[in-house]
Amino acid sequence: MSSQSSNEAVLVAERVSKQVISPEGGLTILSNVGFTIFSGESVAITGASGAGKSTLLALLAGLDLPSEGRIWLNGNELTALDEDGRARIRAASVGFVFQSFHLVPSLNALENVMLPLELSGAEGSRKKALDIIEQVGLSERWSHYPAQLSGGEKQRVAIARAFATQPAVLFADEPTGNLDSRTGERIMDLMFELNRSSSTTLVLVTHDQSLADRCDRKIELDAGLLVSDSKAAA
Amino acid sequence: MKALVFALRSFARELRSGEVIVLLSAVALAVGALTAVGFLTDRIGKAVARQANEVLAADLRLRSPDPIPPEWQEAAERYELQTAETRTFPSVVFAGEDSSLATIKAVSETYPLRGSVRISDRLFGEQIEVDRIPASGTVWTDGALMARLGVSVGDSIEVGDAELRIDAVLTYRPDQSIGFASLAPSVLVNITDLPATALINEGSRVGYALLVAGDETAVDDFYAEVEDQLPDSVRVRNREDSSERATNASGRAQQFLSLTAVISVLLSAVAIAMSARRFAHRRMDTVALMKSLGASQRFVITASSYQLLMLGIVGIAVGTLVGFAAERILTSMLADLIANDLPPPGLGPVRLATGSALILLAGFALPSLIQLRNTPPLRVLRHDEMPPPPSRLMIAGTSLLAVAVLLYGAIGDVRMLGIVLGGMLVVSLVLYIAGRLLVALLGRFRGGVGVAWRYGLANVSRRGRDSAVQMVAFGLGLTVLLLLTFVRTDLLASWRKTLDDDAPNHFLINVQTHERTSIADIFERNGIPAPEFVPLVRARMTTINGEDVKTREYPVKDGEWMANREANLTWSSSLSDSNELVAGEWWPTDYDGEPLVSVEEEAAMELGVELGDKLTFLIAGQEIELQIASFRKVNWDSFKPNFFMVLSPGAIEQYPATFVSSLKVGDDQSDTLLQLVRAHPSVSVIDLDAILQQVKGIIDKATLAVQAVFMFTLAAGIAVLFAAVQSTIDERRFESAMLRALGARRRTVLSGVLTEFAALGFSAGLLAATGASILAALISVSVFDLEYSFSPMIWVLGLTGGTVLVCLSGFIAARGAINAPPADVLRTA
Repeated sequence: MSSQSSNEAVLVAERVSKQVISPEGGLTILSNVGFTIFSGESVAITGASGAGKSTLLALLAGLDLPSEGRIWLNGNELTALDEDGRARIRAASVGFVFQSFHLVPSLNALENVMLPLELSGAEGSRKKALDIIEQVGLSERWSHYPAQLSGGEKQRVAIARAFATQPAVLFADEPTGNLDSRTGERIMDLMFELNRSSSTTLVLVTHDQSLADRCDRKIELDAGLLVSDSKAAA
Repeated sequence: MKALVFALRSFARELRSGEVIVLLSAVALAVGALTAVGFLTDRIGKAVARQANEVLAADLRLRSPDPIPPEWQEAAERYELQTAETRTFPSVVFAGEDSSLATIKAVSETYPLRGSVRISDRLFGEQIEVDRIPASGTVWTDGALMARLGVSVGDSIEVGDAELRIDAVLTYRPDQSIGFASLAPSVLVNITDLPATALINEGSRVGYALLVAGDETAVDDFYAEVEDQLPDSVRVRNREDSSERATNASGRAQQFLSLTAVISVLLSAVAIAMSARRFAHRRMDTVALMKSLGASQRFVITASSYQLLMLGIVGIAVGTLVGFAAERILTSMLADLIANDLPPPGLGPVRLATGSALILLAGFALPSLIQLRNTPPLRVLRHDEMPPPPSRLMIAGTSLLAVAVLLYGAIGDVRMLGIVLGGMLVVSLVLYIAGRLLVALLGRFRGGVGVAWRYGLANVSRRGRDSAVQMVAFGLGLTVLLLLTFVRTDLLASWRKTLDDDAPNHFLINVQTHERTSIADIFERNGIPAPEFVPLVRARMTTINGEDVKTREYPVKDGEWMANREANLTWSSSLSDSNELVAGEWWPTDYDGEPLVSVEEEAAMELGVELGDKLTFLIAGQEIELQIASFRKVNWDSFKPNFFMVLSPGAIEQYPATFVSSLKVGDDQSDTLLQLVRAHPSVSVIDLDAILQQVKGIIDKATLAVQAVFMFTLAAGIAVLFAAVQSTIDERRFESAMLRALGARRRTVLSGVLTEFAALGFSAGLLAATGASILAALISVSVFDLEYSFSPMIWVLGLTGGTVLVCLSGFIAARGAINAPPADVLRTA
């Protein structure tokens, strides 16, 4: 995979830690994690189950706040913003693809794709949405509701939705986790292709090594600690 | 705007999915109950208002127990006013062997001066407005009377000595009473036919009226001229007095029915709160997703509120239709009791119901929705992330506020609102505690019987709070229905049981002095002991201790009525056995001193008089002063002729009197009565059994209609049940799949669910039967002074009704969970 990264930092994590209170006492999920991701990079965050991958993704996307440390996304310090402030940043610069698709069941495919466009206040959202639905190969099925789509089709809609706003960063959380391997592969082809053509920065959480290998860079977590970063190693 | 678009987009899908059906039904039920009652009272209110302007059939009415002197009429004509004359009295009319008590209204050519009479050429035929009166030799009669006599237009009826042909069905006259007309249906007669009936004799109970209408100042001038000449016995009414009375009465009925509807509305509110919790819960994933896509808290709240509002609008539309249909049913149930040509309803009730529904949604559903904004976006990655639960204070605050606003709308009085609200809180608390106790009790029966039984009862205990709420919600609707059934079926029956078997069942009134011997003869010839005749002299009270009764102050409002009504006086040397002396002394049998009076104790209380006080009465133009010698308690249930005022012998014997009597006539002796009425057509025979039957009919219809309104309460109870089941449906689906995966048969799961609802229903029935029995006993004993007789029907109906209804509704609500294939469920769990 050829690197399209430039020198512009899109995501910066600085000494990020996350502790939660559990019935057994305090539990450290992430400890002192720091790195910089540059524009156009595709980065895989890997590690065993419970290593803290999804927590890190949530923090990087501003879905949650770290206990310590600071995070910048596209130049904005997420850790200094309130929830609505972080939502504004997400609307402007972030796209998501989830393991379990997370489509709004009461909206059809087209409306699901239009949703982030409308939330970010984009003009001509319907046309943009139809264009990208065509790119993911679902132009025949735009009027279907999630319940009428297969798993692979749902994930295509989710990918179309994620790319619709041409986000600076696309976060993907185990995007093939709920798909069979052939469908998963096709979905990943589609995702990398869109990533390339739109020069979006891709942050991918996965425990699938072959998928991680398709990325420019791999960050590996173990028990909340950053144990390897292929870029740093390089 | 974006939020509106989003809400609109997902709304249709939301509706089709059926997820919101309970919330929707709860709103529709609340609106349905309010609009049904609202439409009905609106129509009756309009009829009252319309009729209030016509209710006298004139601008001014002078009514007198004596014939109207020609000078009054002449005076009216001097002021160029229109006049008409009416005479009204009760009489028994015949058609062959059938007879019925009727109100004979004889009218002169110009009647009515205001409003118009409507007739029809057959029963339930099309009505036409006419500006004439029945031609001489013909009558127009109420449909009810025709039905009772089995006659139709063209047949003849006997009115006294005259035989008159029915020319049309009388469907409306301006001065008819709005309710309860069926007690003595009217016959409209041409006044020129009256002499031929020979029904009016000296001392007959006839209401003579002079109707006057015309220019407003001329009417006032006329009244100013005759006012001083009018004897005290003349009652004067103008349009304002009449409309005020009618409006007050309909206002009270409206208030009562509105409160009835409010109970359904409150139960619907519980269902709304429960289903809104579910509504919000279902939205959490979408909200988390939207937030992860950058939606702000405000967007989330706005979009959810729009959806709630849209749901509300659909619920209101459906509810209005339901209310409209229900009003039609109510009106047809009450057909004989209220005028059959009510004006169409206005939009007022819809506005009221819409406002109420929105208040309900804001008070009971919005708190759950507002909480959605705190849904952590992290939920898209971690499904166990939840928003903190809404504060109890906010929930209690908003719902209490909503209830207070709604109740204020129905009651319109802050002090009453406080009382009702306080009462409701206490009752709800007591019921809820009773519910919790029943739930705890059910938990004790878990052991033993088998897995389905244990599973079912365990479910009741586990969801203790919701189970208790369901029991109470359902039990409340059932309680009222049972109570009304008791009122309808048992109350009158148990009163009749208290009556002596030999209690009189017929009254004779209007018996002239000279008719007594002849009537006694008729009875003796037929082997019935001659009845005792009690004299009756009509009088009007003028002063109490020298104070004018019109201006005097009374301890209670009824006192004024008591003092100003036309009084019926009698005299007696001995105390009747249906009376009991409670104060003072009864006069000796041979008393012939100053005139004394014995006053019935309640009348004395209302008038505010003491022993030794002086009452002055006007009898046939002469004043007579009486001193109060004693107070009596009267057993009115004895059905003997009884009086508020009994005078000492010799006090009024010189005045013209008629006689009344009561007697027991067996079913096989009705022939005797027929002979009596034929021989003495001016004597009115009142059949108490028939009147009781009619009263029962009226009570039946009225309670049935109120019961129909309470069907909304029951339906709201079912909505609560559905909401409760729906809020646990995911849990239930998972559990039944688990049980089936563990080898339970579908039947076992089903029996478990049925056990749960049967237990809930049985408990609700128990609560309802207990509540209804306590209320029935309270009503019997303290309102009607009757000994309460245990009604097993309440328990049979309550327990079986509760069990069957809740089982059925619960099964329908939970069947999706029972039928879900186990593999599917475990996959999605």
